[in-house]
Amino acid sequence: MALVELRNVSKIYHLGGEEIRALDNVSLDIEEGEFISIIGPSGSGKSTLMHILGCLDTPTSGTVKLDGIMIQDASPRELAAIRNRKIGFVFQFFNLLPKLNVLQNVELPMIYSGVPARERHRRAMAALEAVDMANRAKHRPSQLSGGQQQRAAIARALVNNPRIIFADEPTGNLDSHTGETILQLFRRLNAEGRTIVLVTHDPEIAAVTPRRIEIRDGRIAPKPDLRLAGLQTRQ
Amino acid sequence: MTLWTSFLVGLKEVWAHKMRSLLTMLGIILGVSSLVGMAAIIKGMENGMKETMIAMGGADKVLLEESDVPAEQEHLADQAPGRTMADVIALQETAPLIRLVSPEMRVNNAILTRGGRMTVPSECVGVTEAALEMNLHTVAHGRFFTELDQELANPVCVIGTAIRDDLFGSPERTGREIIPIGETIFINEQPFTIVGMFEHYESEQDRRRRLAQQRQGTPAVAGPERARGFGRGNWAFERKNRTVYIPLKTAWLRFRASSDRGGIPDPRLTDVDLKVASLDQLETALQQARNVLMLTHRGIEDFEFRTQENQVENINQQIRNARMSGGLIAAISLLVGGIGIMNIMLASINERIREIGICKAVGATGFAIFTQVLIESLVVALLGAALGVLVSFGFVHVLSWVTPTANEPVITPMALLVAVAFSAAVGILAGLFPAFKAARLHPIQALRYE
Repeated sequence: MALVELRNVSKIYHLGGEEIRALDNVSLDIEEGEFISIIGPSGSGKSTLMHILGCLDTPTSGTVKLDGIMIQDASPRELAAIRNRKIGFVFQFFNLLPKLNVLQNVELPMIYSGVPARERHRRAMAALEAVDMANRAKHRPSQLSGGQQQRAAIARALVNNPRIIFADEPTGNLDSHTGETILQLFRRLNAEGRTIVLVTHDPEIAAVTPRRIEIRDGRIAPKPDLRLAGLQTRQ
Repeated sequence: MTLWTSFLVGLKEVWAHKMRSLLTMLGIILGVSSLVGMAAIIKGMENGMKETMIAMGGADKVLLEESDVPAEQEHLADQAPGRTMADVIALQETAPLIRLVSPEMRVNNAILTRGGRMTVPSECVGVTEAALEMNLHTVAHGRFFTELDQELANPVCVIGTAIRDDLFGSPERTGREIIPIGETIFINEQPFTIVGMFEHYESEQDRRRRLAQQRQGTPAVAGPERARGFGRGNWAFERKNRTVYIPLKTAWLRFRASSDRGGIPDPRLTDVDLKVASLDQLETALQQARNVLMLTHRGIEDFEFRTQENQVENINQQIRNARMSGGLIAAISLLVGGIGIMNIMLASINERIREIGICKAVGATGFAIFTQVLIESLVVALLGAALGVLVSFGFVHVLSWVTPTANEPVITPMALLVAVAFSAAVGILAGLFPAFKAARLHPIQALRYE
């Protein structure tokens, strides 16, 4: 059984009476331990796909099964619990809380899952160790470089030991060298057995993953054509 | 999120926007201090009224007063005996529910003189021993009247300290306390020997001020002491200090001789005061007294009773009213403070929509966000309340300094408790709407918010 099973998932938005099919009948399986990239130009629906995979949003129709749990009709409360325990997010803009230091940011998911303070501290330090950020634990996000912030964010995504990690343009705000080190980190994590989904518009970045899925106009393109995806921009 | 962490984050949030938080809290600060200040003023009023009440003889005092006979007895009006010693003795002997009977015979228009000095007492009355307990007098110097004084109608008197001040000089002016026992003064041109003097009666507040002044040494005062309120100190105490007592029989023989009634001086008493054995049996006791008096008055009802119950009720009513209006004003200002908090919480969550989105993405439930915002609001309110309590102490201090009245405001722990509890409630109420709004944010829209 696959870790994630999407069956005929559609997401329809209504914008001023106009119907927008952000996802159109998408079916997809992600196996445990995979390192997969979802690629597509902006507006193609890849972000919507990630939001549904990441339990941030629910589909209009179709079924989503994550780690054996059907989530398409879960309540917001249940979705929050699933996000908390089974999913880690890494964002383009790092999304660390500016008023908390790195350690507190990493502890945040565990606070919501009710981990006792001592345990929280131990696990947060271990996660920071894993991304080589333990020496910056007491720094504020604003005192860190972009790459360091992103590594802190990755530590936060790892800390509750999730089944799957979603990274939405994780290198989009970094220079190419730093971006490369972040990708290295993802590769290492995947080698340690983590399931990672990388969402990007950049074919070069997508090239690092063994499996690539291209989204175009809300559908999965039959054959991923990296060159084409890189050139094509939607009007 | 644990409550404690929420609380700390709330404090941090307040600290991060010091000016804004202070302005927000100002509403609560003013509300709390006005509530506490108002309660303190009312408490002061209440204390003053109660002291006055006691100075006037306490709640269990009943006045037996003269009244017109009822309509059906009008043809007997000229046979009405009035209140005399016969009534007093009858009550003392046969009405066990009446604990104390104090007959008084007033000397009208009494003027006291000594040498070139003259003064007017608040009352110059012929009394028996019972008057001391009835009017809560204490003889501090000398003695009260003996049975022999009463029997022989001796020309002796016991005076209050204010009479001494006027005829012999006050301690403030002469620098020492004159105790004029054995001196002779004239009451309406008749010589009386002073045999005793009452203690100096004053309100608790005046006593404290006087002692404080004594400790610091007498300050050089140019001109007369400034009057505070009604004359010097509380009028009830001032009045009590101007009392002159003489034996009842002396008053009768020396000052009533001109008003002949059946061959003897007019025996009618001006006042008969009663004290009942217990306030619970007030009604029964009055009925008993009435039965006795109907006998001695041969059925002519030319008297009535007046209790101080009405006055106690009056005081309580006034205090209730003051509490209501003061409480209302303070509650409104606290409510305004609450609206300020709501406003700032709405602004605060608006600028943190993205952060809320992040929290939701990493697994915060709506409820967790809800409590977070609510606790922040509560933190602002409680900080405001704490500052308000501090401010109210200063406020009350300034108040008693700017408007010195006889009743010093008193801060009660109860008022503080109510004020803090009320601000906490206001904080929670003000936080509800913003918290609800924040909790309902959709994670994606919140995350994408710029």
